[in-house]
Amino acid sequence: MNNVFVYCEIEGTQVAEVSQELLTKGRKLANQLGVQLHAIVAGTGIKGKVEDQILPYGVDKLFIFDAEGLFPYTSAPHTDILVNLFKEEKPQICLMGATVIGRDLGPRVSSSLTSGLTADCTQLEIGSYDDNKTGKHYDNLLYQIRPAFGGNIVATIVNPDHRPQMATVRSGVMQKQILDPNYKGEVVVCDVAKYVPSTDYVVKVIDRHVEAAKHNLKGAPIVVAGGYGMGSKEGFDMLFELAKEIHGEVGASRAAVDAGFVDHDRQIGQTGITVHPKVYIACGISGQIQHIAGMQDSGIIISINSDPDAPINKIADYVIVGTVEEVVPKLIKYYKQNSK
Amino acid sequence: MSYKIVVLAKQVPDTRNVGKDAMTAEGTVNRAALPAIFNPDDLNALEQALRLKEQNPGSTVGILTMGPPRAGEIIRQGLYRGADTGWLLTDRLFAGADTLATSYALATAIKKIGDVDIVIGGRQAIDGDTAQVGPQVAQKLGLNQVTYAEEIIKIEDGKATIRRHIDGGVETVVAPLPVAITVNGSAAPCRPCNAKLVMKYKRATCPMERPKEANEYTHLYDERPYMTLNQWSVADVNGDPQQCGLAGSPTKVKAVQNIVFQAKESKTLTSSDADVEGLIKELLNEKIIG
Ligand SMILES: Cc1cc2nc3c(=O)[nH]c(=O)nc-3n(C[C@H](O)[C@H](O)[C@H](O)COP(=O)(O)OP(=O)(O)OC[C@H]3O[C@@H](n4cnc5c(N)ncnc54)[C@H](O)[C@@H]3O)c2cc1C
Ligand SMILES: Nc1ncnc2c1ncn2[C@@H]1O[C@H](COP(=O)(O)O)[C@@H](O)[C@H]1O
Repeated sequence: MNNVFVYCEIEGTQVAEVSQELLTKGRKLANQLGVQLHAIVAGTGIKGKVEDQILPYGVDKLFIFDAEGLFPYTSAPHTDILVNLFKEEKPQICLMGATVIGRDLGPRVSSSLTSGLTADCTQLEIGSYDDNKTGKHYDNLLYQIRPAFGGNIVATIVNPDHRPQMATVRSGVMQKQILDPNYKGEVVVCDVAKYVPSTDYVVKVIDRHVEAAKHNLKGAPIVVAGGYGMGSKEGFDMLFELAKEIHGEVGASRAAVDAGFVDHDRQIGQTGITVHPKVYIACGISGQIQHIAGMQDSGIIISINSDPDAPINKIADYVIVGTVEEVVPKLIKYYKQNSK
Repeated sequence: MSYKIVVLAKQVPDTRNVGKDAMTAEGTVNRAALPAIFNPDDLNALEQALRLKEQNPGSTVGILTMGPPRAGEIIRQGLYRGADTGWLLTDRLFAGADTLATSYALATAIKKIGDVDIVIGGRQAIDGDTAQVGPQVAQKLGLNQVTYAEEIIKIEDGKATIRRHIDGGVETVVAPLPVAITVNGSAAPCRPCNAKLVMKYKRATCPMERPKEANEYTHLYDERPYMTLNQWSVADVNGDPQQCGLAGSPTKVKAVQNIVFQAKESKTLTSSDADVEGLIKELLNEKIIG
């Protein structure tokens, strides 16, 4: 009872990386609270194929729901799995990815259990809370910390009286780490029909195309990111060349994506992905808060900007004042000359 | 077949155009400094609803919004574009709602509206960015659900065929009515206001939006019933005050912080060859890049 639960999302038999990131975080929260970490996974033909992708993150108990109709994901069956399981298990915390699935499922579950849900958290911590109105004191609540108002403020949200405390987190915000490859957790294979009435399988997926990610921006040790200051698609070609030379990946600001310079899946920031590279090279990016939210934990930040007062320069380790047209080719040239 | 369609639309502060005075010295949001707009995704939702109405003659589109009296503007904006009616949920008891209390209020109103076939909302509101209200309403009403919709392709035999975005791809689903759908901002943009409808509804208001003293338009409200927009309180929708507004919100804001970045000590370089080469050499020497 009162354990920490993570809903694990899958594509076929592959557990999503964001779920593993949350398992890692969930393990830490469970340790702090002195409770167990439990995981839930639901799909079709997954038994025997997902355990190794989940238990090593320190999962004490894994609930597997394996039946026809549970993959591809539709809202109702997965909602009833969580709602009915939570009525039995009474978790204190439930985490899921702020993905299309997590943001479809989380609100339904919270609505049904009338528990609160905080979307897109960037930090999760345990702490106390004093309710000024009732004078009540609470210990060991989940602090759900997230940007609000278009990223202009950061709010800490708590759910003092309702359980589970539910939160979604975007992919890449937390770091995943295997606790022990041989971690011994219990596996419970659940009787799906007990949790999901047959009337739940009414929405049918008739066509589906999913492409594997074309790049590994999230895990790249070096990110070369371009902004609106790159000026064009051709400008980005220069960045792809630089990234190839220095073994990095290309990222972008939303303004660059909106202008069509580069694909949407490369957007970094509050509404894109979060990266933690060793080196982040920002080329023609002003550094609005929504962008910075996705890259501020980079090791070394280099900014190339014609405006010496660009906001991003404040958090940069190196600022090159100059145009990208001039500086980027020079970076390529001198890297070629000096490496090896 | 004709359908009864309800569009969920919210009036939001325009957080995309945040100016310098948008934050107060205490680090809270200065709502007064932000213009109030029709939540962008909700316009995409409205467009999908209006298309369904065109494809299925006899269908009706109503705008449901919860907010302060000035949110009556959202209903007018809907009417200008071709909606048939609207309801403003406004009451002090609704104030301070988180997504759960918001969805309770909207779901209760939809029950009162009755026999709704399709509920269409935006994927998310730009003030909260939560994308929660649509699915929470769906769950409370036991509706089928399709989120992240790009296009409602058709409705046939009581089933909606919808193309939606999923992580890394697209999917087409078939969902029986009644269904709740949330629409992405990347879906077809909303049609502009129709000049004739603007003329017709310009002065249509909810009672609470009107000045107390009678003026030159007061007589219009007696003569033309469509000039009075529906305005509902918690009692009007038979709502439980305990589940509305602040009282019905499980989430509490513990703290709000203005964003301040720790300025780092940075090295400033020029674009000269010597500076750029120097930087590259430094990064290579320190094995920061390989
Ligand atoms: C709710 C919300 C969510 C958002 N989410 C994100 C997000 O996830 N990610 C994101 O990035 N943004 C996001 N944004 C948008 C964000 O506010 C900024 O608009 C965006 O990051 C700006 O991109 P930019 O720096 O490329 O463009 P700009 O602000 O236009 O900056 C361009 C920069 O390039 C410089 N420059 C111009 N020409 C040159 C040149 N030739 N050489 C060198 N430098 C040059 C300029 O000096 C300037 O600093 C979001 C906004 C909102 C409201
Ligand atoms: N107060 C409201 N009135 C009407 N619709 C709302 C309200 N709040 C949210 N919605 C709907 O729910 C969607 C998601 O909102 P949110 O969960 O706040 O991101 C919005 O795009 C609207 O369609």
